[in-house]
Amino acid sequence: MSKTRFPLRAALAGTAAVVTLAAPAMAAEELNALIWCDHADADLLKPFEDAHDVRVNTKEYEGTAAGLAILDQSQPGDWDVMVIDAVDVGRAVERGVFAPLDPAEFPMGDYFPELTLDSHNSVDGTTYAVTEKFGYNTIAFNKAKVDEADMEDMGSLWSGKYDGKIAIYDYYLPVMGLVGLSQGVATKDLSAANLETLRDPLYKLKAASRQVSDVVASQTALATGEVDVLIGGGEWLTAVLHSENPDLDWTIPKQGALLWAQSIAVLKDSQNPDLAKEFVKYIVSPEGQARLATSSCYWGMPVNKKAGEVLDDSQKAVLRWDQQADYLSRAQLYPVPDADLDAEMQSMWTDMLQQ
Amino acid sequence: MSIEQAERRRASALVAPALLWTLAFFVLPFAGMVWLSLGHLEGREVVAGPGPENYVRIFTDPSFLKGIRVSLEITLVVTVISVVLAWPLAWIIAMRVPQRWQRLALMLAVLPFWTSYVVRSYSWALVLGANGVVMQALIGAGIIDEPVQIMATRTATVIGFVHFFVMLLTLTIYSNLVQLSPNYARAAADLGASGWQVIRLVILPLTLPGVMTGAFLTFVLCIGDYITPQILGGNNELTLPQLIMLQLGRRGDFPMASALSVVLMALVTLAYAASARWLKMDRV
Repeated sequence: MSKTRFPLRAALAGTAAVVTLAAPAMAAEELNALIWCDHADADLLKPFEDAHDVRVNTKEYEGTAAGLAILDQSQPGDWDVMVIDAVDVGRAVERGVFAPLDPAEFPMGDYFPELTLDSHNSVDGTTYAVTEKFGYNTIAFNKAKVDEADMEDMGSLWSGKYDGKIAIYDYYLPVMGLVGLSQGVATKDLSAANLETLRDPLYKLKAASRQVSDVVASQTALATGEVDVLIGGGEWLTAVLHSENPDLDWTIPKQGALLWAQSIAVLKDSQNPDLAKEFVKYIVSPEGQARLATSSCYWGMPVNKKAGEVLDDSQKAVLRWDQQADYLSRAQLYPVPDADLDAEMQSMWTDMLQQ
Repeated sequence: MSIEQAERRRASALVAPALLWTLAFFVLPFAGMVWLSLGHLEGREVVAGPGPENYVRIFTDPSFLKGIRVSLEITLVVTVISVVLAWPLAWIIAMRVPQRWQRLALMLAVLPFWTSYVVRSYSWALVLGANGVVMQALIGAGIIDEPVQIMATRTATVIGFVHFFVMLLTLTIYSNLVQLSPNYARAAADLGASGWQVIRLVILPLTLPGVMTGAFLTFVLCIGDYITPQILGGNNELTLPQLIMLQLGRRGDFPMASALSVVLMALVTLAYAASARWLKMDRV
């Protein structure tokens, strides 16, 4: 059987027409951003809009495939900037949707060195995105309900002590990465050959858990006392709840944690590439970084260290600003599976959910 | 041109917009989805088929088979419970509530439709949680000592669904009931039937079209719903729509998601075929 690429774009042509009609009107003073929910915060966007006399139209998406599908269904030029999981920048570059960026135009010297992530943001020596925010997928918990010392060792999650009081964050990359760490498998070493070693502990973790839930459901479960421990959680989940319940906390256990990072890129077909680049510059500036770090949707560490001059002490305390050197030394980057390993990981995750 | 021909042309012209609409926004996209379902992912690229790989996996992989089974089980349980609860409610509104209060009663019955579906599901999550109203009331009444887990179980999903679909079924059954002539009941009573016999042997069979229409709508909406099992079920077992979303989220496996959608469509078609003889929409 001959293999031909399925004309996905053509197949979605009808939808494209609808999306085109619904897409924000293009105008010189408008910027269209395909984003995660933290960028929809008016406090983040307004200073840029005021400074450049521009309106930033945003569309939120979840999951890289969904974001890329939106691009597929849009007319070239509909979108100017895109926020993307740092591990998936390469996927977007493969599709030829990002414009090259000159790293010299961005304050890379002010970045936490671990977060420039050239390995993720560059392909064949060309930079296509810059990291803008990071944090940890680790263990979040209610310290009024658990023994904090237990949270320093992932082994306690399998001990039976917290059975029925655990929730698992519903994203297989970080959680399987964490389970790998618990089994002594570094994220960079995760492969088809050793993936099966994760199956048994993953199933046992599911058996000990009450639920596997997305961001909002996880926050709700932790906030309402439905669960006391969230595997895969971190500052991004507990920080926005901190003022309501200071007992919600997180830590990095001795086995380590996963480092998540999000990047921002300019779309190759942007009608307004200069303004798009200005937006990226604003996002990675100290002021933009501080606002993004404390976005109403979720918090996360700024990649630009100079944001520390803008954040106040209480914000930095919630973000654990002073412990970052230690945390960064103990965190590992997400696994970056190729397509086949990705499929196997998702398949194992599905099997786990159906246990 | 004869009058008949002119009538036919006029009828065709009237039907044409709806037909074109259906062709453009259902038939063609559906055909595209079926074609896509016969392809597969190679690396991260969608490769055209035709090949049966996705369907073979759906009907051989235990996780996918379980998804189909879970969807059917939840949908059937929800449909039966909703019918059992909705029929008496509709009967009381139609037969026992004074006519001037019926409109208010119906409005109260459809109140849940007025709130966002997502918000309603999260509200149930708070109500059914370990520290929610239900558990605290049961503990306060001394019925239980410790919270019983309802949230993040199939029971929570069923409760969330039933709350919604009882209202839908009440409307379809009510509209069927008010169309019935009171003479049927009077004639049965004159012939010696007891009140219960009138309901069981006369009223109930006559409302079957309304019940079946509501039950079919419940089946279709329930088996295709993603929100309720996702929020209330706690992902402890996946339904077909959840499996479809899982294929799309990160990897973008559109062929497998399409194949699962075709299976979902086939289940709805089977349900329609099974209930078609009772589906008399004009009676509802």
